Amino acid sequence: MSTTVDAPREQEFNPRRHVYEPHRVGLPPLVPYIQELWRRREFAVELSRTNLRAQHFDTAFGQLWLILNPLLLGLVYFLLVDILHHHRNAPQFFAHLLSGLFLFYFMQQSLTQSVKSVVSGGKLILNSAFPRALLPLAAVRTAFFRFLPTMLIYIPVAIATHRPVTWQLLWTVPIVLILLVLATGLSLILAAGQVYFRDLDNFLPYVLRIWMYMTPILYYAREVPEKYQWVLDVNPIAKLFTAWSDVLIEGIAPTYRGMALAAGWGVVLFIVGFLFFVSRERDFAVRI
Amino acid sequence: MISLSGSDRVSISVQDVSVTYRTAYEKKPTLTETMKRLGRRERIVREIEALKGVSFEVEHGKVLGVVGANGAGKSTLVRTIAGILPPTTGRIEVDGRVSTLLALGVGFNRKLTGRENVVLGGLASGLTRDHLAAKYDEIVEFAELEDFMDMPMQTYSSGMYGRLGFSVAVNMDPDILLIDEALSVGDAKFRKKSFEKMRELCSEDRTIVLVSHALGSIEELCDQAIWISKGELQMEGDPDEVVHAYTTFLDVGETALTMEDV
Repeated sequence: MSTTVDAPREQEFNPRRHVYEPHRVGLPPLVPYIQELWRRREFAVELSRTNLRAQHFDTAFGQLWLILNPLLLGLVYFLLVDILHHHRNAPQFFAHLLSGLFLFYFMQQSLTQSVKSVVSGGKLILNSAFPRALLPLAAVRTAFFRFLPTMLIYIPVAIATHRPVTWQLLWTVPIVLILLVLATGLSLILAAGQVYFRDLDNFLPYVLRIWMYMTPILYYAREVPEKYQWVLDVNPIAKLFTAWSDVLIEGIAPTYRGMALAAGWGVVLFIVGFLFFVSRERDFAVRI
Repeated sequence: MISLSGSDRVSISVQDVSVTYRTAYEKKPTLTETMKRLGRRERIVREIEALKGVSFEVEHGKVLGVVGANGAGKSTLVRTIAGILPPTTGRIEVDGRVSTLLALGVGFNRKLTGRENVVLGGLASGLTRDHLAAKYDEIVEFAELEDFMDMPMQTYSSGMYGRLGFSVAVNMDPDILLIDEALSVGDAKFRKKSFEKMRELCSEDRTIVLVSHALGSIEELCDQAIWISKGELQMEGDPDEVVHAYTTFLDVGETALTMEDV
């Protein structure tokens, strides 16, 4: 008897035969959903490519803004923080600041691009049936491909400020991957949340700004006084950014405990985000 | 259990389907408003019954016409068949790959070029890149837009917009084509061409659901028709009879105005 209940639902994303039955919330069968998501990945790739092409295409510097934006921002923060703080080793601090900002910008871009991805996908959502998770995933991809060129600017800065070149640099790969997973999870939550609360995107910049201040970017993690250490402990990305600076600036391996904690946060947020989004997505067409 | 009710010839089977929306009164649902409301302990959800217990079947190779007043639930019905809206109760079985041409300017982003839109739309509906590349020239040729494909779609006229949408939908080899009031665009020549294309699809045993206020098109193209009124299936049968009953109900008669494709 159980097969008679399950079998039609599994047909839902079958390209040949479809059965639609009532469901408002609740999870669709996950295996066919993920298969269908994978089958249509080219759509997310194409959507993100066209978005990358469309952004800045009417400005004088064009695609150069992808690099100019974070660089100018880095300079602004450097002036600000260095004037207030007077670091003993200003060049090293500049490298720390820039690398941290670039990485944070990757997450910030993922979230700000994703949050409106479903709501602004209005017509596409009303007119064709496809796994909606592709929309925020495309936005994260866009953010990732805006992040990669910024690391190219970091290379001359690292050389000029004599940052150590060691095997520890390989840690950057898992660090970026963990942040990618974490940002994807949050993006899915925000994109679905925006459908229900249309002013989420108004709050987001302020939340992100505070989050950045809570993360060791404008300062070193070791400078944080004991009584504020809890801020780093509750911040899911603090350990990741500490590791990032350890690897790139100090040339030392990050703590395993820190990396494990960060990876744990990433996986949990991803799973929560994915399940939340997927359980809600069939409600989107009604609410847009 | 996965068999379609009736014979194998049934392509779309809609079984006692109701769709109820729960919408909020407010125009834009915002967090701030929700907070305020929670403070006042009030709920502002309103239920709208867009479809009430609708059942019908369409066989392979047939054209179903759907008529009804504005807001009767026609678009909801088509979206439910396309799998975009889940039914609240009842069950829908669709045998085949569905291509949709719903309302005007489907899924098209006006800032992107025609080419980019065709690729995005095709990929979203599940075509592969290879398949799309093979079909691309055919789509452009059918829409007669060879010179415009690399221009942003905001430069297109509404006729060009509609032609491209129609061309994409029919050239994707759909088993089932859902068309929602999209035939009113395009000049007489293009309309003739699109009618021919639809007949060709039917001869290949494909199914078409056509929603239109152009009752002449319904009579001319369809094998069967349904009339939906306030979410309920008012009548089902021969297109001429359904259109006649509908126009009589509207008390306008089959004048030139209702019959022509405006």
